[in-house]
Amino acid sequence: MCLFQSMIYYFPEEVLEHVFGFLTSHRDRNAVSLVCRSWYRVERFSRENVFVGNCYAVGPERLISRFPRLRSLTLKGKPHFADFNLVPADWGAFVYPWIQALVNSGVHLDQLRLKRMVVSDESLELLARSFPAFKSLVLVSCEGFTTDGLAAIASNCRSLRELDLQENEVEDQRGQWLSRFPDSCTSLVSLNFACLKGEVNLAALERLVARCRNLRSLRLNHAVPLDALQRILVQAPHLVDLGTGSFVHDPDSETYNKLKNAIQKCTSIRSLSGFLEVASWCLPSVYPLCSSLTSLNLSYAPGIYSNELINLIRHCKKLERLWILDTVGDKGLGVVASTCKDLQELRVFPSDLHGAAYTAVTEEGLVAISAGCPKLNSILYFCQQMTNAALITVAKNCPNFIRFRLCTLNPTIPDAVTQLPLDEGFGAIVQSCKGLKRLSVSGLLTDRVFLYIGMYAEQLEMLSIAFAGESDKGMLYVLNGCKKLKKLEIRDSPFGNVALLEDVGKYETMRSLWMSSCEVTLGACKTLAINMPRLNVEIINENEHIEASPDDRQKVEKMYLYRTLVGRRTDAPDFVWTL
Amino acid sequence: MESLVAHDNVLNLKATELRLGLPGIDESEKETASCTKNNKRSLPDQLVEDSGKKGEVDAKHGDHEAAPAAKAQIVGWPPVRSYRKNSFQQKKTESETGFYVKVSMDGAPYLRKIDLKVYKGYSELLKALENMFKLTIGEYSEREGYKGSEYAPAYEDKDGDLMLVGDVPWDMFMSSCKKLRIMKGSEARGLGCGV
Repeated sequence: MCLFQSMIYYFPEEVLEHVFGFLTSHRDRNAVSLVCRSWYRVERFSRENVFVGNCYAVGPERLISRFPRLRSLTLKGKPHFADFNLVPADWGAFVYPWIQALVNSGVHLDQLRLKRMVVSDESLELLARSFPAFKSLVLVSCEGFTTDGLAAIASNCRSLRELDLQENEVEDQRGQWLSRFPDSCTSLVSLNFACLKGEVNLAALERLVARCRNLRSLRLNHAVPLDALQRILVQAPHLVDLGTGSFVHDPDSETYNKLKNAIQKCTSIRSLSGFLEVASWCLPSVYPLCSSLTSLNLSYAPGIYSNELINLIRHCKKLERLWILDTVGDKGLGVVASTCKDLQELRVFPSDLHGAAYTAVTEEGLVAISAGCPKLNSILYFCQQMTNAALITVAKNCPNFIRFRLCTLNPTIPDAVTQLPLDEGFGAIVQSCKGLKRLSVSGLLTDRVFLYIGMYAEQLEMLSIAFAGESDKGMLYVLNGCKKLKKLEIRDSPFGNVALLEDVGKYETMRSLWMSSCEVTLGACKTLAINMPRLNVEIINENEHIEASPDDRQKVEKMYLYRTLVGRRTDAPDFVWTL
Repeated sequence: MESLVAHDNVLNLKATELRLGLPGIDESEKETASCTKNNKRSLPDQLVEDSGKKGEVDAKHGDHEAAPAAKAQIVGWPPVRSYRKNSFQQKKTESETGFYVKVSMDGAPYLRKIDLKVYKGYSELLKALENMFKLTIGEYSEREGYKGSEYAPAYEDKDGDLMLVGDVPWDMFMSSCKKLRIMKGSEARGLGCGV
C-alpha cells in the first residue's frame, strides 16, 4: 500500500493526462479533479469538452481560465418548463456574452452546442468571423436568430462539419443562406435544417450534397420536394441518417419510380425522420429501408393513420428508437411490441392537443410495449388514460427504465378503472426500476406517490411534477429521500413554505428548482435567499410590476432558484427579481 | 357567391361579437370565414381542428358538427414543446383541405357542404352530388369528360386551378380538392370534352 501511494505521488503528469484522456463523461472528469491538487491541475489543462448545465451557474471568463484548452462547449440556458411557455420571452440565456468571452480569450473553439438559449444573428456572425476553423454547431430549442446568422456560418466556417438545428424558432429572411456555402466547402458530415420554415435554394442544396462526399446525416425541411429528394439521394447513397422534407408525389410518375430506385441504393440508412408533409400512398417507397432502421421518427408526419403506420412498422424489425404520434393507437403499439424486439426508446406524442382524439393511446398500448420489448429503457407517453394495474405490470416487465415520463392528457385523471389515484402505479415503477434517473408523473396523485419516490428512487436526478400532491409532506419526501436529485420542477401543486425551507442546504447539491403556481410566499423566498448566498432565487412576475414593498405573505407565481458561483445575473429583465 | 356576400353583411355584427362556447348558430359564420376550416371546435380562437376524421377508426362522420365541449385551456398542458405545437397546428390546417368542402352549383342560391371522407371513390361522390342537386352528371371518360349531361363536376385545387373531377386517383383528389363546383351549360362543355 505504501509503495502504491508513493508511486501515485511521483506519477508524471503526462501519464495522468493520458489516463484522463480515456474519461469521456464530464462527471468522471469532475470527480477526478476533486482527488487532489495535482489531479485537479492536470485535469483542467487537459479538458477539451466542457459541459455547463446552467449558463448562469458560472461565468464564461472563469470557465475559460479554468479550462484553457477548451475546444468544445455545451451550454444549457432556460429552465425546462420554458419549453411549455411557462417562462416569459426575454427571461435570459443569451449566448452573446459567452461567445465574446471565448473570442477575447483566444481559445480554439471548434464546437458549440446550445440548448434553450437565445442566439442572436450577431452572436452567430461573431462566432463565424472569429473561429474560421469552427467545425460543429448544434442548436436545440433555441431562438433569436434568422437565416442571416446561418448564412454567416455557412460563408465563414470553411471546414464546417456539422450544422444541426433541432426544433428552433428561426426567422426566415429569404437570404439564400444555403447558397452561401462556398464551392470549396466539402467538409460537411451532418446538415439538419428541418426546423426552417422558409424556402431553400434547391440547386444550391443539390450541389452542396454532391460535393460533400463525407455527408452522412441530412435532414431536410418541408420546402424540399420529393423530386429534389430523389436527386439528392442519387448523389448521397451513403447517408446514414435521413430526414425527408415533403413526401408527396403522384405514384405513377417517373419521378416516383426514380425515387424508389434511389432508395434501393441507400443501403446505409439507419435513421429515418421527417415526412413533414406526406401522402400515405408514397410511404411504401421507404419499405426497403425499414429492415435496417434503428431509429424512426414519424412524430412530425401529419395525417398518417394507424393502418398505414402498422404497415410501415411491420418492416422495422431492428428498431431501437421510435418516435410516433398517438394516431398509432393501442393496436399499432401492439404491432410495435411484436415487431420491434430491440426497442429501447419510445416516444408517443399527442396528435390532438385538446385531448379529444378518438385515436389517443391508453394503458393497453403501454402494457403491450412493456411485454413485447424487454430492452425498453426510456419512454415518453402521452395518453388518454392510465391505470395502476397497467403501471404495476409495466414495472414488472421493464425493470430497466432510466427515463420514465408519463403524461395523461387530463392532468388529474384518476385510475380509469378504480377511480383511485395513480400513486400505487408510479410507486411500482420507482420500486422496480432501480436505475431510474428521470421521472415525470401525472394523473391524480396524492402525497403517497412522493413517499414512494423518496423511498425508492435512489438514482433519480430529474423529477417533473404537475397538478399533484396534497401537502408539503409530498415535496419533503422527495427532497429528503432523493439523494441524487439535480433538477426538480413543480407546477400547480400545493407545496409551500414549510417544504421549501426545511432543508435549504439541499439546493446547493442540485442544479435548480422551479416552482410555479404553488403555495410558496415571497417572504419564504426572501428567507431562503438570505440564508443561501450561493443560490440565485428568481421571482418571475410578468403581470404586475414589482412593487416597492410587496406583501411578504403574497404567493409567488413563479420561482426559479439555482446554485451559482457568480451571484445575481446582470442581464435580468424587469420582470425578474433576484432576491 | 353574391348571395353569400349579402349573408355576410347581415352577419357582420355577429362576427365581431366576442363569445366563448360551442359554435351553435355560428355554423354559417364560420363557413363564410374559410372554406378550409372543417370540423368546428368549440372555442372560436382555436386554430387546431378536431382530428375526428381519422381513417378507419372514425365511424362518427355525422358527429363532426357536434364537437365535444372544449376543455379549459391550461397554459403549457399537455407539456409539448411550443415548436412542436406550432408546427402541428400549421400542419393540421394544411392537411385538412379536402374533407368538408363547399359545393356550389351554377345558378343555385346557396352552397352545400359535403364530407369527402364519407365516399370511397368517384362513383359514390357523383351519386351523392346527383342526389343533392337533383340532376344527372353522367359517365366520366378521359377523352370526353362527362358525356350525356349538361353538368360537369369541377373542383378548385391547392393551386387555385379549376380541374375536372375524375382525372387523378381518388386519394390524390381528396387531398388536393379545396372546393367543388358543378358547372352547367356551355361552360361545362368547354371544360369537359375535347370536341
